[in-house]
Amino acid sequence: MEILGYRRPDGRVGIRNHIAIIPTAVCSSTVAANIAAQIPGAVAIANQHGCCQIGADYEQTLRTLIGLGKNPNVAAVLVIGLGCEGMPIREMASEIATSGKPVETLVIQEVGGTLKAIAEGLRLAGELVRKVAHLQPEKMDISELVMAIECGGSDFTSGLASNPACGVASDLLVAAGGTSMLSETTEFIGAEHILARRCRTKEIGEKLIHYVQTCEERAKLMHVDLRGSQPTPGNIEGGISSIEEKSLGCIHKAGHAPIQDVLAYGEAPNGKGLYVMDSPGQDVESITGMVAGGATVVIFTTGRGTPTGCPIAPVIKITGNSRTFKMMEDNMDIDASTIISGEETIAQVGRRILDYVVEVANGHRPKAESLGHMEFGIYKIAPTY
Amino acid sequence: MKKQAVVISANDNVATVVDDFKAGTQIHFFVGDKEQSVELLQDVPLGHKIAIHEIPKGEEIIKYGESIGGATLNIKVGEYVHIHNMESLRGRGDKEGLN
Repeated sequence: MEILGYRRPDGRVGIRNHIAIIPTAVCSSTVAANIAAQIPGAVAIANQHGCCQIGADYEQTLRTLIGLGKNPNVAAVLVIGLGCEGMPIREMASEIATSGKPVETLVIQEVGGTLKAIAEGLRLAGELVRKVAHLQPEKMDISELVMAIECGGSDFTSGLASNPACGVASDLLVAAGGTSMLSETTEFIGAEHILARRCRTKEIGEKLIHYVQTCEERAKLMHVDLRGSQPTPGNIEGGISSIEEKSLGCIHKAGHAPIQDVLAYGEAPNGKGLYVMDSPGQDVESITGMVAGGATVVIFTTGRGTPTGCPIAPVIKITGNSRTFKMMEDNMDIDASTIISGEETIAQVGRRILDYVVEVANGHRPKAESLGHMEFGIYKIAPTY
Repeated sequence: MKKQAVVISANDNVATVVDDFKAGTQIHFFVGDKEQSVELLQDVPLGHKIAIHEIPKGEEIIKYGESIGGATLNIKVGEYVHIHNMESLRGRGDKEGLN
């Protein structure tokens, strides 16, 4: 199977040709948004963090912003700093530039404030447009795709229909030589042993178990027993009887391929196949992490129906609930309820999902992308100081 | 015949019903390509599980081809399976003392 893609100087392939305007910190986010609003093809990242962060939390935010800049859906980058923030603007820009794409920087305190920064930013972004807007996608093998898999707003149809169908799509992509990513560590609890035994080596399996334990420990530090409320009363009312059942429904969206490695949040895989990333169950932060890790397209299952998208990668919404497909038609792309009604098999819908992913790679815009949904959030693992 | 319940894996001993059903209803479903049916012994609501094999007390409840817990009572074919006759085997600090 073939897709249309943009081969970047580092060899990675994107399916969009964005100019990313990345604010190093919340203080430069408004300037970034103003510039993106005036430049066709530019997208601004709504960064809420980037200052007064320490240790692993600081490293994670930096890694995420760099990863988003390096994502092959991005053709060129303008990094905008305030001038006194914690994130190191020069280091961030030069690390993104190792991917070979054009990168410009702008520091608000150096150019004289908001208006002058917007004017200078428009000039720089305009130059970037002239450098990359003419690039045309070329035929590439589907193995160049990096697909993130997400679930949110789940109901009983997620585990029965849409998640297993995504698992089929993921297995088909991996069998074709592509890359697929599963995240949401919270929703591995109770099913981590199954994921661990699918890991390529025992050590990788242990790394996965460690991430799940750390996730649980972090919740306990809040003096809350995470499992005391899992499954939730709503889950039980909906027919889910145990945490194992809930987690098993969740992990089925990554099919049955062997797990090549377990990645830190925002970390890029160093090969092809199925990868697991440490992330929270919160959808927007989970997707941001996988896209920072290089995912160029996202498939997202939802029983209840959620509208969220991503500034860098198109997000495809899949529901197994026929009522949600009708009620949330503004936001739903694929109806997987045919599995529940018996009109299609899980394998048939999985095939249909991958066919739609190819259409999206070839330029078709799913609902979230066509409606301008650009939700963004970085997973914080420590307080801000 | 429209499918009335879903079986994910051929090893599963439970099916999930896709509508509200009354006791006595004959429920049709597929295990792989093969159509099967069981008679419901109780009313079962949409999205909940029924046993498609006998499940003795202490045996595992299998869905997705994996254990989702253990039977706390002997469960008959066609019986409603939920927290009244099965329990989670994971995260049971209350049972293990240490967890």
